[in-house]
Amino acid sequence: MKRVVITGAGTINALGHTVTDTLKAMAEGVCGIGPLNIRDVDRLSIQIGGQVTDYDPEAEYNRQQIALYDRFTQFTLIAAREAIAQSGLVFEGELGNEAGVVLGTAGGGVNTWDENYRSVYEEGKNRVHPFVVPKLMNNAAASHVSMAYNLKGPSFTVATACASSNHAMGQAFQLVRCGASRAMIAGGSESMLCFGGVKAWEGLRVMSKDACRPFSANRNGMVQGEGSAVFVFEEYEHAKARGAEILAEIVGFAMTSDAADIVMPSMQGAARAISGALRDARLNPSDVGYINAHGTGTAANDKTECAAVAQVFGHHADDLMISSTKSMHGHLIGGTGAVELLACIMALKDGIIAPTINYDEPDPECALDVVPNEARNADVDVVLSNAFAFGGLNAVLALRKV
Amino acid sequence: MSTSVKDKVIQIIAEQAVLEPGDVKMDQTLEDLGIDSLGLVESIFAIEEAFDIQVPFNANDPSESDFDISSVQAIVSAVEKLVEDQKA
Repeated sequence: MKRVVITGAGTINALGHTVTDTLKAMAEGVCGIGPLNIRDVDRLSIQIGGQVTDYDPEAEYNRQQIALYDRFTQFTLIAAREAIAQSGLVFEGELGNEAGVVLGTAGGGVNTWDENYRSVYEEGKNRVHPFVVPKLMNNAAASHVSMAYNLKGPSFTVATACASSNHAMGQAFQLVRCGASRAMIAGGSESMLCFGGVKAWEGLRVMSKDACRPFSANRNGMVQGEGSAVFVFEEYEHAKARGAEILAEIVGFAMTSDAADIVMPSMQGAARAISGALRDARLNPSDVGYINAHGTGTAANDKTECAAVAQVFGHHADDLMISSTKSMHGHLIGGTGAVELLACIMALKDGIIAPTINYDEPDPECALDVVPNEARNADVDVVLSNAFAFGGLNAVLALRKV
Repeated sequence: MSTSVKDKVIQIIAEQAVLEPGDVKMDQTLEDLGIDSLGLVESIFAIEEAFDIQVPFNANDPSESDFDISSVQAIVSAVEKLVEDQKA
């Protein structure tokens, strides 16, 4: 089995348009959540979100590209450009034939669905733009990345709701680890902050109207975000031979299904995914210094997740740190695990643990060190990233300092 | 009027519980009736649609919502009040 390292990272999300800006915001505990600026927001009962601001598609793309790129694809291409530039890899010849791109998204081109339903239903039009289908399809972002960088190996999109990015990155990790490719592009993207996207979420009544407060006793729901993060996963010897900067090593991955309920999380399912990732990485629970939590800020997730961590780690649960950066960038649904992997890299590489902001009151059911409100300096060697999706699909990644 | 609100709410709850309206007792809880969290959210949606009202309910913390769901009677009373408030 090959060792797998990360040699490039890129992002655009509510906290910043680059990795540098995003990590700076995470370290400063900045809240990227604010009033939504979208059409018909006055008809929504949820009017906040982690929106990407100061973003002008026309400054990035020409008219022909915008006709083909939904917002989730636009975000993906921006993140991929940063990640691949950092890695310094050029995909040509054999490397181009092997390398592929695996991305997560839950909704794909939701804005494109929304705009075109509006045009046929509300405005009564009988004709839509010819590119609606290639623009909205879930694999559009992965396909455009493959075309932009000559990635001719295994490429696909994974849709497992809120675990999509972790499942996608896990697939890419396994492809490099088993030797199928020396490099893979992986990550995820989401953009469903439009009228129809938010209206659909309102229906479940799990959204907060004011803030995302993971693990805090006064938490009252999740807040949606949008954006993308993309990484270059590379075989260790290949990266070392060319003198690439290594951001972190991916050492384990596990996925489980609860097989129980379509929305309620299961402590056992989460615990099996966490312990499975440790087993896959051949790590002891006591090796783990930090967990980037799924931490949605809903009543159900946060207490279930803390119970799962307590079960897997026993006494060590009190010694490790666990934070939810969703408090800052919102829940990017299918893209969330990718943006959260940035916090894992920051913990390993820079020794900075991103905080859980908006933490007001301890909850006895979430009695762990959630790194409340302020980032902390800490030397950690191993971190985990949790993702637990609607539908009971769980995916956990384990990373180690190099 | 208040009888019809009651009958309509019971009909909605009975439908979620897969029972005849006559089998729903006023002192029963939703748990007694086998209605889970998804069934509850669906019931509230049906109530909002039937009476054209907004029900203040957050699934994250049902006990702290302004809408009392502790029994069938509590739900009926809460809906009656919301319907009255709407008319006022």
